Amino acid sequence: MENAGLFTIIVSAILVNNFVLSRFLGICPFLGMSKKVETAAGMGMAVIFVITMAGIITWFANKYLLVPFQMEYMQIVMYILIIAALVQFVEVVLKKILPTLYSALGIFLPLITTNCAVLGVALLNDQYNFGLLKTIVHSAAVAVGFTLAIVLFASIREKLEANDIPKAFQGFPIALIIASLLSFAFLGFTGMV
Amino acid sequence: MRLTTLTNGLVKDNPTLVQLVGMCPVLAITTTLQNGIGMGLAVVVVLALSNLLVSLCRSFTPERIRIPIFVIIIATFVTIVGLLIEAFFPALHKSLGLFIPLIVVNCIILARAEAFAFTHGPLDSLLDGIGMGLGFTGALMIISLIREILGTGAVVLGGTTLFQLPIPQTISMILPPGAFLALALILAVINGLRNRKEA
Repeated sequence: MENAGLFTIIVSAILVNNFVLSRFLGICPFLGMSKKVETAAGMGMAVIFVITMAGIITWFANKYLLVPFQMEYMQIVMYILIIAALVQFVEVVLKKILPTLYSALGIFLPLITTNCAVLGVALLNDQYNFGLLKTIVHSAAVAVGFTLAIVLFASIREKLEANDIPKAFQGFPIALIIASLLSFAFLGFTGMV
Repeated sequence: MRLTTLTNGLVKDNPTLVQLVGMCPVLAITTTLQNGIGMGLAVVVVLALSNLLVSLCRSFTPERIRIPIFVIIIATFVTIVGLLIEAFFPALHKSLGLFIPLIVVNCIILARAEAFAFTHGPLDSLLDGIGMGLGFTGALMIISLIREILGTGAVVLGGTTLFQLPIPQTISMILPPGAFLALALILAVINGLRNRKEA
């Protein structure tokens, strides 16, 4: 992965190793925020924004704070604080500068702190030893993959509302079966990269 | 009274199968029973200790910044547990991989700190943490047992094969789609049982 080209990284993050459907990161918002395409898309946009920012900031923190001081064991504590602070910061700034975007993303932002995809990307960037450019590209691509999955999932769930589902399968079980089928579909991309 | 604090998390308020929180590791690492048990016990330790510490610190924790404080406490214990697993169970560390540091963002732990430990005494909080953690472990064991048996036809624990069944191996059960499918069917069974009880 370290020597992979940018295009390979993008395709791999969006399709082959889709964060939700094959790595199981960010499952909570994937299941919780996917009842409507509109909310799913809003969540996706917020995630793209936060994950990319978090990827960049944690990269700098790792390179210029943790590594020089040999404190890599503090990685988890530091990353989670950066993400929590970042989410708060983004919320305040958006409210002031782009109130329209804020009202669109507003309710989703606080939820993102506990979205494990954000911390997951930051840790993966470090594991893959990415430089700054690859970190940005990888983080953004992962978030786009998340958005793709959640919007696809939400559009199927919307159609499902009108269907007659056995009582025991109503709610989560049928949603998980759809997720399973989507995941099967994404398995088809295995081996592409 | 004390006993119900411990047993609530096991069945009635099972975090995974009833409350449906903290689903990422449930789906991701349940490919083998061994992974399920390892992950479950790691969460028991982190959850019990973080609950205990949150409860001990609650008298002087300012209400407004309690969430960042909870997160730091949890992250510290996750780091400790992660380093211990890496030192003593390197194979487990390798197969759980990214999901050990990600225990930090497992909603169960933050939810118990916020909903229980911050308002209860240390002993109750410790028991609640252990109970919820064991409930999580139990759910992981059920799911991983189903997936491992259907996917490989055998159950391997610590390098020894416990038993081998003469059934066709459905590889997709240990691939990502199988995780969603297994959980869907388990939840459907639980729903069905509950509906029957109510009817």
